[in-house]
Amino acid sequence: MLKRIIPCLDVKDGRVVKGVSFGNLVDAGDAVELARQYDSDGADELAFLDITASLEGRRTFTDLLSQVAEQIFIPLSAGGGVSTPADVGRLLRAGADKVTINTAAVENPELIAEASSAYGAQCIVLAIDAAHVAGAHWQVYTHGGRRPTELDAVDWAARAVALGAGEILLTSIDADGRQTGYDLSLTRAVSLAVPVPVIASGGAGSVADIQAVLTTGRADAALLASLLHFGQLTVGAIKAALAEHVPLRHIRPPG
Amino acid sequence: MLRVAIVDYGRGNIHSVAKALAHLGCRPEVVTRPEELVSYGPVVLPGVGAFADAFDTLTASGMAGALRDHATAGRPLLGICLGLQLLMQTGTEGGTSPGLGLIPGEVRRLEAPGRKIPHTSWNSVTFTQPSPLSAGLGTGADFYFVHSYAAFPAERRHWLGETDYGQTFAAIAGAGLTLGTQFHPEKSGSVGLRLLHNFVRIAGGEV
Repeated sequence: MLKRIIPCLDVKDGRVVKGVSFGNLVDAGDAVELARQYDSDGADELAFLDITASLEGRRTFTDLLSQVAEQIFIPLSAGGGVSTPADVGRLLRAGADKVTINTAAVENPELIAEASSAYGAQCIVLAIDAAHVAGAHWQVYTHGGRRPTELDAVDWAARAVALGAGEILLTSIDADGRQTGYDLSLTRAVSLAVPVPVIASGGAGSVADIQAVLTTGRADAALLASLLHFGQLTVGAIKAALAEHVPLRHIRPPG
Repeated sequence: MLRVAIVDYGRGNIHSVAKALAHLGCRPEVVTRPEELVSYGPVVLPGVGAFADAFDTLTASGMAGALRDHATAGRPLLGICLGLQLLMQTGTEGGTSPGLGLIPGEVRRLEAPGRKIPHTSWNSVTFTQPSPLSAGLGTGADFYFVHSYAAFPAERRHWLGETDYGQTFAAIAGAGLTLGTQFHPEKSGSVGLRLLHNFVRIAGGEV
């Protein structure tokens, strides 16, 4: 199966922002422009995350998502504040192909089952934000990484998939935005525990980091933000460097 | 501007196909009533969901008959994902059910031991026969798939492209101008747009 490179755009009040370990936000550009650029650079999918809390912000996000969907011809996932099956429907209608659920699924795991049976497992992505505790144990956090839960990340991933999640988006809170590499142990532990694709997130600082998470970490996809938004690397350059080591899609046909 | 009908039977991602066709300079028009179909050259049948349920819906509305008439008149038809599967003779999702019967063969659940179902990923398609749909795309290309069932045409000549995912299935099937892709060309980047462009060209009589 071909591995994916997925640029992630955190959106606040209509702008793409990026923080470090879930805080210290800085402006990273216009969402539509960035999306178009990543698509033409060879991104395999795009992830949009609404990090505004207000109702007004939600509306702005849905509008923005529609604008992005108009211009992009690759799969699009969207999430942030999704708490009911109706929210899932709203984002799908706005042009998302998949919807990411995080906090609300922890509070009400049945939401995964309801959304999955209404829209299909292939469009339900469970997002897990986890921080290392000790040994092979990572704790799940909700509310944008602010609130610890009792859940173990590996157990929670397996349970969510049993309930109907079609994919896991796994973010290491420890590594997020630091560009010091993915949490390979966490990614590997979850990947081995579930029969659905795992998207690794948090910590990419180099092509070697991405290669490591797609091989040693057993991830199916790598989510990238800081590394791309600030122009350190391009999707094209990353894929060119990875091509020898990891199966990737060809952007143009041979010959 | 070339008008392209997109059949809406409540099963589908109409919008993303429409915007891709609009991007290519066509005028996509959503069609819900079977009697409207006769005024179109090219018709796209999209769809996600279960085979038997979708076919029952098409039959009840009279759209199944209209699609058969369209195809047997030699007019271009492109099924996408479930749309391709519905072109086949028989489906097995949600109980054994007839399909439109435009391509002999059946639709079965993917058997891919140790692999993830639904097959939701980019995968490689090998073009097994020359087809106007794959013009300019070389001997193969990568496309985006989301499916649990797949089509297996009975005759080799109806396999236009194949993909391996635990087993080999028809990624592109076709009989004359009745064509179908298991993958989503509207989600497959520039390569997918090229394939849709090829379909539109066939429809415009340029091939």
